[in-house]
Order: sequence, then structure tokens, then C-alpha cells
Amino acid sequence: MVTANVSETPATQSTTEQAVPSASAPAPPLQPEPAAEASAIRRFLLSRGNSAIADTGFHWLMVLCALSIFGIVVLIAFELVQRSQLAWSKFGLGFFFSVFTDPDTHLPSYWDPVNGHFSALPFLYGTILSSLLALVFAVPLAVGTAVFLTEMCPQRLRGPLAFLTELLAAIPSVIYGFWALVVLVPIMRETVDPFLSKYLGWTTLFNDDIPTGLSYMTAGVILAVMILPIISSLTREVMSAVPHSQREAVLALGATRWEMIRIAVLRNARIGIVGAVILGLGRALGETMAVTMVIGNSTDMPASLLKSHSLLATGSSMASVIANQFSEASDDLHLSALMEIGLALFVVTIIVNALARLLVWMVTRGAPAQRN
Amino acid sequence: MDGVATGLAILSTALVVVPLVAIFIYLIIKGASSLSINFFTQIPKPVGEEGGGMANAIVGSGILLGIGSLIGIPIGIAGGIFLAEFGRGGKLANAIRFTADVLNGVPSIVMGIAIYSLIVVPTHTFSGYSGGVALGIMMIPTVCRTTEEMLLMVPHAVREAALALGVPNWRSVLSITLKTASPGVITGCMLAFARVAGETAPLIFTAFGNSNWTVNPNEAMAALPLQIYVYALSPYDEWHKLAWAGSLVLIVLIVAAVSLVRYVTSRGVLKGAS
Repeated sequence: MVTANVSETPATQSTTEQAVPSASAPAPPLQPEPAAEASAIRRFLLSRGNSAIADTGFHWLMVLCALSIFGIVVLIAFELVQRSQLAWSKFGLGFFFSVFTDPDTHLPSYWDPVNGHFSALPFLYGTILSSLLALVFAVPLAVGTAVFLTEMCPQRLRGPLAFLTELLAAIPSVIYGFWALVVLVPIMRETVDPFLSKYLGWTTLFNDDIPTGLSYMTAGVILAVMILPIISSLTREVMSAVPHSQREAVLALGATRWEMIRIAVLRNARIGIVGAVILGLGRALGETMAVTMVIGNSTDMPASLLKSHSLLATGSSMASVIANQFSEASDDLHLSALMEIGLALFVVTIIVNALARLLVWMVTRGAPAQRN
Repeated sequence: MDGVATGLAILSTALVVVPLVAIFIYLIIKGASSLSINFFTQIPKPVGEEGGGMANAIVGSGILLGIGSLIGIPIGIAGGIFLAEFGRGGKLANAIRFTADVLNGVPSIVMGIAIYSLIVVPTHTFSGYSGGVALGIMMIPTVCRTTEEMLLMVPHAVREAALALGVPNWRSVLSITLKTASPGVITGCMLAFARVAGETAPLIFTAFGNSNWTVNPNEAMAALPLQIYVYALSPYDEWHKLAWAGSLVLIVLIVAAVSLVRYVTSRGVLKGAS
């Protein structure tokens, strides 16, 4: 024991009674960096006692549980790859952009389970379009809300308002979908869509040939409501990570409040805000239930991309086509094609999320990390 | 310019708050008017018959969430303990932290089809177990990361004090560190729970739904969000009413959980949680 003392903690004397008070001596210098290596005292204390077996067992149990997270992701990826083999071997990369011709009507067709033709193009188009629309609606609102909550809002209102926006995130997707189906879709059908097609119809973006209210546009609106909280709360986070001295410096130069927000806050936080937006995009890409309920679920693309690309047409997203057709997929090829769409969704969301995390991390690494 | 910017910021906040309030008011009016005691005591009736409820879906959701919690919470907490206590700063810990974030971002529908091919295909039956596993896996990342963050907030002196008293390391981690951080860890578990409670997409191809009474997790099982989905898409008014009632019950449960978490963390020892 004496030899251990000598090597571990130079301050300790030969008796254990003195070893305990001496523990407080090296502690204060440790405080500034608590994440540092375990202190000498800890290593000393860990090396004695007779619980080595239990400790090692516990350690490995924890490692095993942590590794199982890794295992789960690998297993999911493996399963998706394996089950999509059939579609992959038949269509290859063309699965994502090829166009077939219907043998009877000689019209372009994309998704034809009867003739065994599968192309994910309309669903890629639907996912990208609805997510981009969602970003267009959500980003200005989210940033505006974050600016208001961090820079302008009276202290008393801040808590409740932040809580309200977080509650938006807690509402299940299926309830958003139900609400959209009952409230939003009729509004779109009777008011918004006719208005858009009347006054903006010349852009050809808003041709409302078959007024159903179910459309890419409606999906974009409900997605925007759903991704608002995540973008706004992360934006708030990166904005509060901007040091106060920056704000004060700009104000001291005679800037107004808006100039201060623009120059000091938004400019410093811009990378983080982009990260938050990408994270919102990741959420929008994979969102299933609400989109399935309002996008219309047609497996066609609005004619050919160039001729008519109305935002008010019905369609499908990658997630919605899986939700819609998976349980009625009759043959292996159909099932495998749906699996491949799932795999593509998996890969895309991993890339998008990794990118977003990286950007948010770059901005907030100084400040304590917070999530959810 | 200053005034315009302030006005725009206030306007956008209003635009965010208005749909939320609208959804809530609509839900409460519609849900409360169709909520009755039958909703909690009866199982769904065939189309055209009056009444019926979602008792089986409520119980089913409870069972699925129970199975999910049994899987997700222990693995999540153990993963968090590893990240905070053993792997700190190491390569393995960083890799696992990243994997947890990846898992967090996996779309729920993809989780659904993955579990379908992992469990439902080999066992040849839709089952409560498979649905529970899907929900459990979705809980892991949230629980894991919150646990890690809460454990990192526990001062080193506490751990060293325990070790100095001769407590073995495993005991010190479980009864001292984890216990000190328990308000925050419980917060994480409740958040994860609230998040998966409303998940529909992973259950469509796993628990599948069931209009009969069942408590056997080996069979297809009803769940509240699943039932809401099916009824919401149906053309019958009677079923729409039940779906509203179901939505109200679900949202009250989730909001209660989130508010409780908020309340506990705002006054607890470990502020800054959630």
C-alpha cells in the first residue's frame, strides 16, 4: 500500500488516515477541466479493494449495451440491403431515374406493379418537392420566432412561448395528418388553391385541374408546421451561443437593435442556422403519416417534368409510398422495390443528419450541448 | 427598419403560435364532444353500429410501450453510462455517440420495414413483440444521450467520495452517480416515451392493428395511433368521432408527460435538462 501511495500521490504519507484529507489537496486544480483523465486518487482507489471481477463485468456489460446500438444500426442496414437485392439486380441505378412506357397506352409510366416496372423517380420528386416547400414556409418563420424569443421578447413571455413551440414537436404525426385532412385540405381546396391558380396560374406552377385539396403543396404546409419547432429551437440555441460581448460591441458602435441582430447575432450564428435547417430537412424527408394522409398517393408524376409541374397535383413521397403499398405488395419484386426506397431514405437521412450535426457542433462546441 | 424587423419577428411568432392553438382548440372541441365512457370500456364495433370504443387499442398501446420501455430504457441508460463513465473522449465512445445520432435520424417508416423483415418475416406473424421492439429501438438514442449529458454534470468529487469509502466502482456508478443524476435521466426516459407513444409508422407493418380484444403479444395487436390512422382515413362519421376522441386521449397523455418533465427539470437539482 505504501508503494502504491508513493507512485500515485506524492502528497500522501504512509498512513491511510492521512491519505483521506490529502485527497482534497489535488482536487481544486482539477475543477477547471472536469473532463480530464481520472485523477491519481481515483486510479489509486480503483486499484485496491476486491471488487475487480464485479467491476470488470459491469464495465463489459456497459460496453456491450453501447455496442448493441452500433449493432442495431448495422442490422437495419444489412436487412434493408439484403431485402432490396432483387430490385437492385433488376433495375440497378436506373431505379432512381428511369422512365418506362406503358405497353397499352404508350404513355410514360413509372410505377407499374402489374407489368413489373418500378422506378422511384416520382417518389424522389415528391419527397424533394414537399420537403423544399416545407423549408420555404418554415425557415423564415422559425428564424423570425427565434429572433423574437432570444432578442426581443419580454423575459416573462419567453418561457411560455418557447414551451408552446416545443409542444408543437410533441404532437404525433398522425394527429397532424388527421387535422390536416379535416381542416387544412378543405381550406386548400376551396380557398387557397383556386386563388393561387387564378392569380399565379400563368407561372404553370399552380395549375389546379382536379381540385382535391390533396397535393404536394398541402403536404409542404403540414410538414412546415411539423419541422418548425426543431428548426426554431436549434436556431435559438445557436443564437444564444453568440457571446454577449459581440452584441454589446455592435450596439456600442451606434447600431439599432435590428442592425445588432443582423450583424452580431445572425451573421455569427449563420452556420448553426444552416445546420438547424438541414436537421429540419432530415426530419421532413422521413416524415410519413401526415404526408401520406394529405399528399394524394398517386404513383404518377405530374405528366412529364417539363410540361406540367403543378404544385397542386397529387403525388407520393418515398415514405408515403412505403406506408401505402407495403402491406399490399403482392410479389417479391414489388416488395423489394419498396425496400430499396426505404434503403435510399435511410442513406439520405444519415447523410443529411451527419451534415447538420457537424454544422451545429461547429457553432456550439464552446457552449454546453443541448438536444431535443 | 428597426420597427419593420420587430414587426416581422412578432408576426412570425404569431404565425407559429396560431396553428398550434388552432390545432389544440379543434382537438379539444372535437375530442371532448365525442369522448364517452364507452370509449374506454368497449372495443371497436363493425361499421354502421352505434358506439364502440378503443379499449383494446389503449391496452395494446400500453403493452407495446411497456415492451418498448423494457428494451429501450436499460440499453439506453447503459449506453449513456458507457459514454459518460468509461468511454469518455475515446474513439469507441465517439463512434457510438455518432451511431446513436444516426439511429435518432432514421425515419420511423424505415424502422418499421426493417423490423418487419427482421422479426415479422421469420416468425410469419404480425405481433405485439415486433411492434414493441421497434418502439424500444426508437427510444434508445434519446435515453442514451440524455443519460450521458446528465451523468457528465455530476461532480467528480461525488464519485471520488464514494470510492474513498471503499465502494466498488460498479456500485458507485449505479447508486451514487446514476442516482445523483436520476431526475435528468428520468426526464430523458419520459421524453423518449412521449416521443414513441404517438408513433404510427413503425407499427403499421409490425403490430399491424387488431379490432378484437387481445393481450397476447404474439398476436397482431391494436395501438392507439394505429387505430386513429385507420379511422381517420375511413369515410364514416362515427369512426371519425372515435378518432378525434383517441387523438385527444393521446395528446393529453403526451402533453402531460412533457409538461411534467418541464416542471421537474425547471425546479430540480439538475437544471438545464431536457
